[in-house]
Amino acid sequence: MKTAIEIARDIREGKRSSEDVVKESLAIIEAQNPALNAVLGVFSNTLDRARDIDRRLAAGEDVGVLGGVPVVLKDNMLVKGERCSAGSRILENYDATYDSTITKRLRDAGAVLIGRANMDEFAMGSSTENSHYGPTKNPWDISCVPGGSSGGSAAVVAAGFVPLAFGSDTGGSIRQPASLTGIVGLKPTYGRVSRYGLMAMASSLDQIGPFARTVEDAALALSVIQGDDPLDGTTVAGADVSVPELIDRDVTGLRVGVPKEYFVEGMDERVRQNVMDAVAVFEKAGAEIVDISLPTSPYALAAYYVVMPCEVSSNLGRFDGIRYGYSSSGSTLLETYERSRGEGFGKEVQRRILLGTFALSKGYYDAYYKKALKVRTLLKRDFDEAFKQVDVIVGPTSPSVAWKLGEKFADPLAMYLSDIYTVSANLATVPAMSIPCGFVDGLPVGLQLTAKPFAESTLFRAGAFYQSATDWHNQTPG
Amino acid sequence: MLTDTDLLHIAKLARLRVEPEELPRYSEQVGSILEYVAKLQELDTEGVPELAHGAGLSNVFRVDEVISSDPDVKARIIAAFPHKEGDLLEVPAVFSDRTE
Repeated sequence: MKTAIEIARDIREGKRSSEDVVKESLAIIEAQNPALNAVLGVFSNTLDRARDIDRRLAAGEDVGVLGGVPVVLKDNMLVKGERCSAGSRILENYDATYDSTITKRLRDAGAVLIGRANMDEFAMGSSTENSHYGPTKNPWDISCVPGGSSGGSAAVVAAGFVPLAFGSDTGGSIRQPASLTGIVGLKPTYGRVSRYGLMAMASSLDQIGPFARTVEDAALALSVIQGDDPLDGTTVAGADVSVPELIDRDVTGLRVGVPKEYFVEGMDERVRQNVMDAVAVFEKAGAEIVDISLPTSPYALAAYYVVMPCEVSSNLGRFDGIRYGYSSSGSTLLETYERSRGEGFGKEVQRRILLGTFALSKGYYDAYYKKALKVRTLLKRDFDEAFKQVDVIVGPTSPSVAWKLGEKFADPLAMYLSDIYTVSANLATVPAMSIPCGFVDGLPVGLQLTAKPFAESTLFRAGAFYQSATDWHNQTPG
Repeated sequence: MLTDTDLLHIAKLARLRVEPEELPRYSEQVGSILEYVAKLQELDTEGVPELAHGAGLSNVFRVDEVISSDPDVKARIIAAFPHKEGDLLEVPAVFSDRTE
């Protein structure tokens, strides 16, 4: 299975045409997607776009670093004229009216967007079972979940449909499915990648990032999609720092922090062992291992389950059955709202809207939302302190490997606990990446690397070293 | 634990239709999550500011100038209206009770 960098090089050097590569991807999707349900739809005119890249190359034009490479987007990123459902019934007939910034930037870099990936409805979930269009299956074992909410984007890369896909990460929705499917998943620093044209879930936490097989591909993808955008006021001007093309793999003297709070009871002992083995790989190569503490992290998940539903309840107010999307008419305006939303949204979405509406309602705002925002500051201070001592923090991405479909579906709190290690990075706005670090019962384990804001290059350095020293990422599902 | 009255009030605020038979399940699920997040109260946050943006951005303004909308985008937005008359969005009456 070739990487995005290798495919782009082959196309640039004339060894293969983009048309050929895209046709191959589409054929694999046709053959294998019915078993996985990872792709909800293939975009129109993909072969025309591939041929256009081939024509431009033949004319001697620079077609971009991803020239001709097929990629898949999570179904919450707008591509003008294409269906975009966010895994929800309420948008089952919605066609995007404009292009998201990520769509434009990927096309400017020559990528061929070929389809949209399944997801938990409006990105709410940790297993991709909350999709209105049925669950996605894990390519390593189709009786297991792929993680979520970007489970479709993870599965298409793990199964080899495409070398590169994009997801959104609000509390772990890129890193956790990357971990459960044995690939690389990056959540960039908040403010590094534009959210324009990404359907908002929790605006202060959402960030778009890549899924890839290698750290180098993830780094290349970030260099394409990152940067200040006048259409997203939360992007940080001057944040488009360069990503080195040749990643420095030397970790001699790199200070690697291991937080004691990340190895708590309740995690799978074999996952813990895999992660400690990975730490030993860094140590052997000359990295300095430092025991650290992130004292507020045991409260991170609680803060997340206040901030996120509050923002959800506000953001999803736009789905009113009037302006676009599913509409169910009632005899009054109120009834039209209640019916359209009650029938259009699934249970998990309704649960989170109710929770958020409650936490923001009169008399509860201070105790819940305001309190949680203060806890975010404490979490950020924990990371600020830790990054005075270390360059990168390592730990597990998920407390367990992939679980069986249906296993946690009826118990929302049990499902939420699978995000216990990932939510902190979103709340503290720092970048974090999951890379494969082993297997338990034939299912992949992920190692989470976290760095200080805008220090993704440190994640790439540590991650590229680890992939040069191990071959977990070269293993593919049977 | 949220009572049925609490839940129905929240559901109305959220403009969600919740069926009576769903109330016990929502009450239990939302209740267990609220019980879990209550642990935040253990933390002393006296004098701690609320985090708004990691990089400290606030009040990001753009130049106040009118930019005309792309006619193609406009046509697509109109085409997506669930109910319309010509190019106009059809909206149910806001004040429905006109008996007075």
